[in-house]
Amino acid sequence: MSSALTTIELDWQARRRTRRAATLWYGALLLCAIAISAYVSEVFPETLARGLPQIGVYFRKLVPALTWDHLFDGPKTEGAIAYWFYRLDSWGWMLFETTQIAALATLFGACGALLGCFGASANLAPNRATYLICRRILELFRTVPDIVYALILVYALGVGPPAGIFAIALHTTGALGKLFAEVVENADMRPWDGVRAAGGTWLHGVRFAILPQVLPNFLSYLLLRFEINVRGSTVIGFVGAGGIGQELYLVIAKNYYDEIGAIIALIILTVAFIDIVSERLRSRVIGT
Amino acid sequence: MQHSTLDLRDLTRRFGPKLAVDGVSLSVPPGQMLGILGRSGAGKSTLLRMINRLIEPTAGSIRYGDIDVTALKGKPLRDWRTACAMIFQQFNLIPRLDVLSNVLMGRLNHRATLPSLLGRFSAAERAMALQALERFDLLETALVRAGQVSGGQQQRAAICRALLQQPQLLLADEPIASLDPHNARVVMDALRRINQEDGITVLCNLHHIDTARSYCDRIVAMQSGRIVFDGPPADLTPERVRDIYGVSEDEFHSTAMPDGTLALA
Repeated sequence: MSSALTTIELDWQARRRTRRAATLWYGALLLCAIAISAYVSEVFPETLARGLPQIGVYFRKLVPALTWDHLFDGPKTEGAIAYWFYRLDSWGWMLFETTQIAALATLFGACGALLGCFGASANLAPNRATYLICRRILELFRTVPDIVYALILVYALGVGPPAGIFAIALHTTGALGKLFAEVVENADMRPWDGVRAAGGTWLHGVRFAILPQVLPNFLSYLLLRFEINVRGSTVIGFVGAGGIGQELYLVIAKNYYDEIGAIIALIILTVAFIDIVSERLRSRVIGT
Repeated sequence: MQHSTLDLRDLTRRFGPKLAVDGVSLSVPPGQMLGILGRSGAGKSTLLRMINRLIEPTAGSIRYGDIDVTALKGKPLRDWRTACAMIFQQFNLIPRLDVLSNVLMGRLNHRATLPSLLGRFSAAERAMALQALERFDLLETALVRAGQVSGGQQQRAAICRALLQQPQLLLADEPIASLDPHNARVVMDALRRINQEDGITVLCNLHHIDTARSYCDRIVAMQSGRIVFDGPPADLTPERVRDIYGVSEDEFHSTAMPDGTLALA
């Protein structure tokens, strides 16, 4: 082997040694960090070992005593599905209310996100100040949990759906705004140059060069957010912001296990239904 | 705006430590078809983009008659861009909109903001767009999405968009670098036509010496951001090319065209 080749070979080996040492060092560091966070958040193996079976016990309580013989009987017979879901009419209405809270909140939040996202994109913001201000505002909306907004708004607007709608809308503006801005930052800028070079304004550029490109992705994120908000609006109900959450909170507080199970089953079914429908919609829009 | 001479004085653009355009002074009289020649990275694109202010100059001035282009802002700047249309190597159309709507983008600055944002254009403007499309043999593509027509058709649609701006100048940034030889010729013919029939001043960045020679009234050659030749095509002899670039014309082309695009006859 020539001396040049030997030098490169030695160089390569030296680099590999450095890389391995680095991997070990950072691996150890990561393990330490995990251990510290487990200690701080009190996640100990023995607590988990003691606690986990309890979860199973709770879930077993949620499953009602259904019997084969009476499964499809009327709501007055014990062991029938209809008996388990004896308040299906009012639960169904409350669940519908919850999805409507989520739908309106997603719509309002998406409008806010649409207004903020273009200024918060590094490639479109007319200047650095606009970019930083839009980013910070979206961050502010996003970092405060929706349940905190809900508590404030229930205090201000009183108990009921409007508080829930605005609480979730505020959080959605921040969360969707950031995602929208990232989509915009990945947009192809050549049409933008074309529109701007033709004497179009900033708004013309957004409307004609950017919006047609990003709209399918916006819709996809919007549908995902809608699903998240259906779950979110359930939890929001706990603090008096309307919907099925209020009822769920009540039956959990009173340990009505059959009711808890029935309501959770209904929520899972609803979310699954929304997931299927929105997946269809999404693939149709993106497919074109 | 009156047809005037475009005057560049010591125009300079710096990207970090690199001088992309280095003290370029150039005077372009109305109605001229000017070819700007140079290899990749010679500063041709930066120069053209500074003229319509897609890129801000670091130093120097751009004047058009008594307009100080470098100082324009807001509406006057948009008016300048409207008067000084641009076409691009990658066409820069909106792929999801049909060809007709793309061509109508040239009218954005001629209408009030609200109707133009809603995409509302007058029947006269649509007629104007259709006439432009017909003139360049694109009428049958009018309602097809721009992303679905060929590169040559897209570039001609971009020329139609430029024409709808009713410009006095046209900046063409490598208009044929992404096209095959046949389409390249069709597009260069179109540029020559609007230069001669409409009296539009054309500044055209080109890779290829032969194209510049056969289509332009005047050739400016650039290297490392500076002008190294300025004169009629007849003066840019193979000997001059060798003097300027230190390589023969063939070698110039083989290094100038990294994408392997074929030479124009």
